[in-house]
Amino acid sequence: MSTTLETTTPPAAPAPEKATRLSQPLRLALYALVALAVLSLIRVLTDANDLTSAGTVSAALTLAVPIGLAGLGGLWSERAGVVNIGLEGMMILGTFGAGWIGWQHGPWAGLLTAVIFGLVGGLVHAVATVTFGVDHVVSGVAINILGLGVTQYLAGELLADSPGGGETQSPPISALPRPSVPGLDGLLEPLEKHHWFLISDIAGILRGLLTNVSILTVVAVLLVIASYVILWQTPFGLRLRSVGEDPHAAESLGVKVRLYKYIAVAVSGGLAGLAGGFLAIVASGIYREGQTGGRGYIGLAAMIFGNWRPGGLMMGAGLFGYTDAMQLRNAVAVHALLLVVFALLLVVTALNLYRRKWITAAVGLVFAVLSLVWYLNSDELPGPITTMTPYVTTLLVLALSAQRLRMPKADGLVYRPEGK
Amino acid sequence: MNADTVRRVGLSLAAPALAIILSLAITSAVLAAAGNDPFETFKQMIEYAKEPRTTAMIINGSVTYYFAALAVAFGFRMNLFNIGVDGQYRLAAMLAAAVGGAVSLPPILHVGLILLVAVLVGGLWAAVAGLLKVYRGVSEVISTIMLNSITTALIAFLLTTDKLAVQAEGSNNIGTKAIPASGQVPGIGLVPDSPLKVYGLIVLAVIVGFLYWFVIEHSRFGFDLRAAGRNEEAAVASGVNVKRMILISMAVSGGIAGLVGMPQLLGSSYTYSLDFPAGIGFTGIAIALLGRNTALGVAIGALLFGFLDNSSQILDLEGVPKEIVMITQGVIVLSVVIAYELVRRYRIVAQQREVGRRLSEPPAPAAGNDKTPQGAQA
Repeated sequence: MSTTLETTTPPAAPAPEKATRLSQPLRLALYALVALAVLSLIRVLTDANDLTSAGTVSAALTLAVPIGLAGLGGLWSERAGVVNIGLEGMMILGTFGAGWIGWQHGPWAGLLTAVIFGLVGGLVHAVATVTFGVDHVVSGVAINILGLGVTQYLAGELLADSPGGGETQSPPISALPRPSVPGLDGLLEPLEKHHWFLISDIAGILRGLLTNVSILTVVAVLLVIASYVILWQTPFGLRLRSVGEDPHAAESLGVKVRLYKYIAVAVSGGLAGLAGGFLAIVASGIYREGQTGGRGYIGLAAMIFGNWRPGGLMMGAGLFGYTDAMQLRNAVAVHALLLVVFALLLVVTALNLYRRKWITAAVGLVFAVLSLVWYLNSDELPGPITTMTPYVTTLLVLALSAQRLRMPKADGLVYRPEGK
Repeated sequence: MNADTVRRVGLSLAAPALAIILSLAITSAVLAAAGNDPFETFKQMIEYAKEPRTTAMIINGSVTYYFAALAVAFGFRMNLFNIGVDGQYRLAAMLAAAVGGAVSLPPILHVGLILLVAVLVGGLWAAVAGLLKVYRGVSEVISTIMLNSITTALIAFLLTTDKLAVQAEGSNNIGTKAIPASGQVPGIGLVPDSPLKVYGLIVLAVIVGFLYWFVIEHSRFGFDLRAAGRNEEAAVASGVNVKRMILISMAVSGGIAGLVGMPQLLGSSYTYSLDFPAGIGFTGIAIALLGRNTALGVAIGALLFGFLDNSSQILDLEGVPKEIVMITQGVIVLSVVIAYELVRRYRIVAQQREVGRRLSEPPAPAAGNDKTPQGAQA
């Protein structure tokens, strides 16, 4: 691995530290390829073909999108310096909006309502944090309580008498289209069925990503790209991010700090509402109480995991969706995942040894050995343990990466204009 | 000076009062919009709360909330946001119930052991988040949220009939083995004419509340804690070991959280089963905010939430969705923090005016009063 790194970075000095300074996209692609090879190797060794099957990938995508959208909401608001722990509440508002309007006027109207409901939640957060200077986390918690209370109250008033619905759920909502890239399925399916090393895995993943994908998933991916372009490539985005880094400097340059914060938090709420709409319309086809199940918080974790950047955030959401899909689909595959964890931890440990971080390396090694021992001494993980997988994975990943993360400088700080 | 004290007390009461009025107004508006008479609704809730049985239930609910809110408040004092109280108390209650059901000891020792297990489990579980924060820089907000979900899975894993649980007779509910009489805490007949007694652990709640007040306000540790919570850098400069403070406060917060399930476990259910109440940790956050993290304020907040929860049970019979109470609770939290901010701004303006007034006066009479602005700000 190190030889590849040195040969592909011409300006890099021979010093070992410099060797890791590969251009970012290239480095990520390399990581992805290595991860895929490891995954494929373990699949071949353990016969857990669900590790990379199209079905798993497709399920992972469905589970990742709401987390990704919520995380994107978090990104917008935190880039403008407002911590949004109220994402969960805004998402709940979104699920209800989608369910209430969706069953009567179709999925698109439902989605629009979801976005508007989330946006209203975002505006409440903005009024509290930006205008009144309330602590961001406190306001977020209040919005989470409010979101749950308001939807339960409204569901009792508005859905109780609906046909097939009730106080805790809406009638079914009609589905959105699920297009495929034409001709791809017939080409990839036989390849996947052969279970060849790497080739079948790539075929399975492509098939999961490109066939029978909800139109809203496509929209979500476009929104991530659009957010990147808007926030990093336009003057508007530069101003918005400057508000999150140093509001007083931004103000002195003529940026309307409060306006930008309002816009960012409103967009954040709208995205969280859309995430809720996805859960109601695409993932389950119905509004149900308690449907979000903490995904707003996990979206926030995915964003932190992704270092407050859209690409990283997508990876975080993907990782979470993948482990979640695995635990839902196949206990054998989760068991094989223990071996994946072992391999990953071994790589991390090696890296830490190389960087002479002895304690971190030792901790990593202990966990690696533990997961190997566990793998060898069991045939299958008990059900409840597999449901932990996504959370444990998130914690592990955060614990191993957290110190290199950097959040916007004025994130979470209450902004008070000069003289107030 | 005296007039100043009166004004200061008035101002600090103004914020919660403003918040409660505001949330009543918003709740009324929502009720009216749905075609219900707000005054009639509130009247019914108060009437229902006056029934002795309901009063006892309100007190019992408040005792549980009190522990949860104190746990959150302790973290807040150190600027730590322990969202994990929910997971900490559930894991603590389950393991304490399992231990309590498995041993037989003399009465006081038995209860003591159960409480000790609960405090230790809660504290250790919270310490995981503390360790992650101190050594790996993981925000406690995220890690405690993850730990909550992990707790849910862990309890589902341990609470099966081949591990810690037994089948309850005559139902399909499973729970830990019932705690024998020696480990139970008898209720107190605090409310006259009520068939329901108040949890005996209300005494423990008062003790813990007192200790909380004493440790935070009157001990060296409390001083360091508040200093580190307000300004970490200044605390470091004056020799406070912030890492250790974070770990200790997280563990203490979790230890108090471990007590949340105890009043119910030792006072009425005697077993941890699948229907043991969940989500109290989140209510604790709201109450801690409402009570401004002080022992007395939190007690009042816990009573208010206990009242809202229990008196709302009558509403369903009257055709009003009882979820309206949750809206009230959410609005209370939001309006109380907004109200505090408004009062803070008013204070600053008032102080500026005061300073302006004194500067324009001849300097002589100001000599004895130069400390007042600082005192008013604290």
